Amino acid sequence: MNALVAAPIVLPIAGAALSIVIGRSRAAQRLLGVAVLVAVAGCAIALLIEVDSNGPAVVQAGDWPAPIGITLMVDRLAAIMLVLGSLMLLGVLVYAIGQGRVDGEEHRHVGFHPVYLVLSAGVAGAFLTGDLFNLFVSFEVMLTASYVLLTLGGRRSQVRAGMTYVVISLVASALFLTTIGFVYASTGTVNLAQLSTAMSELPDGLRHALALLLLGVFGIKAAVFPLFFWLPDSYPTAPTAVTAVFAGLLTKVGVYAIIRTQTLLVDPADRPAGLLLTIAGLTMAVGVLGAIAQSDMKRILSFHIVSQIGYMIFGLALFTVAGLAGAILYIVHHIVVKTTLFLIGGLVEHRAGSSDLDRVGGLLRTAPVLAITFLFTALSLAGIPPLSGFAAKFALVDAGIASSAWIVVGVSIVVSVLTLFSMTKIWAGVFGGEIDRDRDEPRPMPALMLGPTIALAGTAIAIALAAGPLYDLSERTAEDLLDADRYRLEVLGS
Amino acid sequence: MTVILAAAAAFVFACGTYLLLQRELTRIVIGLALLAHGANLFILLGAGRRGNPTFIGDDPSADYLDPLPQAFVLTAIVITFGVTTFLLGLSYRSWVLTRDDEVQDDLEDRRVAKRTTPTEVEVDLAEVGAALDAEHQREAEHHNEAGPDEWETP
Repeated sequence: MNALVAAPIVLPIAGAALSIVIGRSRAAQRLLGVAVLVAVAGCAIALLIEVDSNGPAVVQAGDWPAPIGITLMVDRLAAIMLVLGSLMLLGVLVYAIGQGRVDGEEHRHVGFHPVYLVLSAGVAGAFLTGDLFNLFVSFEVMLTASYVLLTLGGRRSQVRAGMTYVVISLVASALFLTTIGFVYASTGTVNLAQLSTAMSELPDGLRHALALLLLGVFGIKAAVFPLFFWLPDSYPTAPTAVTAVFAGLLTKVGVYAIIRTQTLLVDPADRPAGLLLTIAGLTMAVGVLGAIAQSDMKRILSFHIVSQIGYMIFGLALFTVAGLAGAILYIVHHIVVKTTLFLIGGLVEHRAGSSDLDRVGGLLRTAPVLAITFLFTALSLAGIPPLSGFAAKFALVDAGIASSAWIVVGVSIVVSVLTLFSMTKIWAGVFGGEIDRDRDEPRPMPALMLGPTIALAGTAIAIALAAGPLYDLSERTAEDLLDADRYRLEVLGS
Repeated sequence: MTVILAAAAAFVFACGTYLLLQRELTRIVIGLALLAHGANLFILLGAGRRGNPTFIGDDPSADYLDPLPQAFVLTAIVITFGVTTFLLGLSYRSWVLTRDDEVQDDLEDRRVAKRTTPTEVEVDLAEVGAALDAEHQREAEHHNEAGPDEWETP
């Protein structure tokens, strides 16, 4: 059991080291990368089954008891995120290998596989840690790997976008470090379980300030309004596979941290529900309006990430079991669908040479399989029944109505319609219209690129089919989250 | 003594923030390094009274300094070091590609902004923009005179 908890962090790190050693052979690197991520996904699924039936698993590093040693803690939320994260990382890696074989110097770069594995270790670390400082370290591991992946090609646009991304991430990190300084100076601990009691003993003003600082720090990482400007600017320039992982996972790590800290560390009496609801509504609206103004498929999709972060914050802001369950279901659906859409964007770019809506067209006739895959995932993103987005949005709206958050419920429905509008725009621009005769002959799509894309789209449909059991799981997770005593009991044993 | 350390942290934060808001990449990099150092100084404040030993002797009643913040800072310094090196590499790459140390503009953003039909106000704004560009050009020329010597260009 202990080994299973640590494996998602240890395996990729060891794999990355080995991957550098065998760097001369790309084939061996590819094999190693896929093997490690398959193993991690296996561990994650085993953990989810174990945790769901037998309760949270806790590992104290070096067998030091909780407040002294480093705690790794897997509860339902961490396990769900870990399963999704590792599956996405695996799918995208296969896609990247496929792309590396036909084009894209960046995917063949000797550094790609090691850094990609380090990224997955960082993501897993952020989900598993039970300690605020380790959360910082995991974030840094993940972000440093993401800086390298984003700028691996060294092209002009990448350097420009990479600079913005690195600078904003570093400012957030410095702020995070300062927050940890505040937290440690006022409570004398960074263990999340111990903090949850220590925070509630602080004076009012200090407690509120710390809660807001944590929200601000993770708000930058999660790209909520008004801290989202860096995201649509930097994501589209990265190589496709990298963008897909960033879009699906990185901001969601920020959302995970917001959910974890706001439910565990903030006293139930002073949860910032009103503030979070306002942020949620504005994030949804501004994100989708930004998307409508764009004319490049990748940029449209990037703005939609922002918009959908709003839905997740909306579910959290209600602080009810139903709301949190909706948010968790939404995260599950969003990670899969968003990753798939970016992979489709990459395939469009590969086939037609551009992802600009004005320059491509007629792919419905030349690539019908891709068009149908896009149709299903895009409608799912907009929340058309009976697809996965509908189940998630229905759960959220239902929870919102139960808590009488009428305005945000209204905003979320309008935003859904606008999402559908901008998906129609992509459909008309990329898949509809005439085939552009002037352009070069469309290139065939390799099976290694198309395969993972269709598999992930299939996962999205599976989420819709299994929405009932998944919602039950989300509900159990939400109950765990709202019960901070349970978390303390598991980690501290008292 | 704590006040002096707190004031130093605040001063370093202020300098870092100021440098971060400049348009030259080298200043931004230095600003970020300063911000991280400010945060480190700040964490040290939480360790206890300055000058006390961490773990020396076996007298349980003696005043000890909390060693954990120092461990935090050590970790943070290593991370900052690595990322600052990466940033320097990135800004050098930017210099090689553009021959300019300034932050580049987002062209796609400009393109989207230009797509709207110009109204009267916007035409006025365009004129202001052109004037500003000309001024910027003059500044850049002036800037070049104080630029790097020939042997410094890669």
